[in-house]
Amino acid sequence: METVLQYLGYFFISVGAAFLLLGSFGILRMPDIYSRLQAGTKASTMGSLGMLFGIGFLEPQWLPKIIVIMIFILLSNPISSHAIARGSCKSGIKPKLNETVNSYKRIAEGCEESIKKEE
Amino acid sequence: MEATNKISKFFFTWVVLFAIWLAFTSTFALAEVVTGVVVSFIIAIYNFNNFTEIGLKSFSPKKVLYMIQYVFVFLWALIKSNLNVALIVLNPKLPINTGIVEFETKLKSDFAKLVLANSITLTPGTFTIDVIDNKYYIHWLDVKCTDRDEVYKEIAEPFEKILLKIFQ
Repeated sequence: METVLQYLGYFFISVGAAFLLLGSFGILRMPDIYSRLQAGTKASTMGSLGMLFGIGFLEPQWLPKIIVIMIFILLSNPISSHAIARGSCKSGIKPKLNETVNSYKRIAEGCEESIKKEE
Repeated sequence: MEATNKISKFFFTWVVLFAIWLAFTSTFALAEVVTGVVVSFIIAIYNFNNFTEIGLKSFSPKKVLYMIQYVFVFLWALIKSNLNVALIVLNPKLPINTGIVEFETKLKSDFAKLVLANSITLTPGTFTIDVIDNKYYIHWLDVKCTDRDEVYKEIAEPFEKILLKIFQ
């Protein structure tokens, strides 16, 4: 039984590590800051969750702490990247949009709206 | 009404903080438990107003069931989104068609909006850039539609219909 739990733990840790690696590829390959954040956020959240979950299998007495840490990561990780995206949007970094969807100028309007509101 | 509301908020905060304390210490030794009760009581006195909006009502069995359902819907979306991003990243052509879309939410409370925004950030190909009042601005890796209602159906509906039941 213990070895099964150990193998499950190692499996989840490897899955987490694999997602983190893919996320770093994503950060390298994506064209602009927003797409990079997309890849980075999802991969880092999933990667760290998977790793923590795997550690939970290896050390079952840590499981309650690990669940609390997972909830904190789920709440805080998207917020931090949202803050980066919002900041870069407000400081005027334009996203690289595809030619065919160039009509999406909503973000500029949205940022202007929110800047006006704060003033 | 106001007083009972405050009491329910206070007890909700106390219970949640104490549960977090128990999870972190992972022991039922008397000294630890007593310290936890006292410390979470003191923190709850100062923070209960900001901590929750509906208080003890969030522990009703129906809401707890919806919360569990939400966790599963969310985890499934998280796994799908990671595979989705992995496929895009590993594809040599990098098949993305990015755009920014918007939709309006029906959620009222700030915490519900936060949960929805976080969920959208962690689901396939979408990323919340800004939330202004009840408008969400979403960066979408693979734009399928631009109409507000269609976007709402595509991105937000599966989460929002559960969140509406949890938070209202």
